[in-house]
Amino acid sequence: MSQSEKYTAAAYLVVFLAVLVYVVIIGSKLQRLQREVEQLVELAKEKRADG
Amino acid sequence: MKVHLKLPVLATASAGLFGLAIVLAFFYAPTDADQGLSQRIFYFHVPLALTAYVCFGWGAWKALRYLRTRDERADLESYVAIHQGTIFGALTLLTGSIWARISWGVWWSWSEDQLVLFLVLFLFYCAYFMLRYSLDPGPARANMCAVYALFGVVLIPVSFLAIRLSKQFIHPVVFNSHGPQMTGAQFLTFCVSLLAMLSLFATLYAIELAGKRLDRSLRELRELLA
Repeated sequence: MSQSEKYTAAAYLVVFLAVLVYVVIIGSKLQRLQREVEQLVELAKEKRADG
Repeated sequence: MKVHLKLPVLATASAGLFGLAIVLAFFYAPTDADQGLSQRIFYFHVPLALTAYVCFGWGAWKALRYLRTRDERADLESYVAIHQGTIFGALTLLTGSIWARISWGVWWSWSEDQLVLFLVLFLFYCAYFMLRYSLDPGPARANMCAVYALFGVVLIPVSFLAIRLSKQFIHPVVFNSHGPQMTGAQFLTFCVSLLAMLSLFATLYAIELAGKRLDRSLRELRELLA
């Protein structure tokens, strides 16, 4: 692989890595939101049971 | 008329356009006689920079809307657009640096007005987050952030025109008063890449905004249930 090929591949990879990192961050945030929704559902059930 | 594209449509369009842009960049666009293969970085680097300008411009527009309507949604939209702009800006600097290394033999050149002004624009918007997170949420923070976002937009035409005002010509000028200085195949590839980058911005913007709104709704729900 020539120097030119390496640098060109690196430039394109940087963009794909950034998108990948973004997807990972959004994925972890989605998990957190899912946990929060589950907690809120539990809280709502408790409230309902308490009358 | 407002057009609301669904997120899966945006994401699919974005992925498709990206695939097409890569195919065109590597198998359709001719190899540059001077720079060879590394010139193909242009098809990602320039659309990234233009998309960063669009993000900051969109953020400023939403900031203006906030100042006119005091609608909290516009404040959030402005913040998300600026956040996206800093991501695209960082990628512009990274890909530009890689291209500079192979073309000019340096990672960075402080004597280039275009580079330095883009860095100033990028750092200006990075400071936006310092301002936003140093204040308590509320109308005062939203007002200050909106005014800051509007000030920053002034730097966009300065940064865009810097290369034309500059006396140094290491950074190439592709678009001048005679139109794009490239072949039809190169211009088509560039246009597809720009569309891909803009659709990526639209997708990420929609995802982040949906996440932020969901976050806010859950916080309100938690307060109601507490």
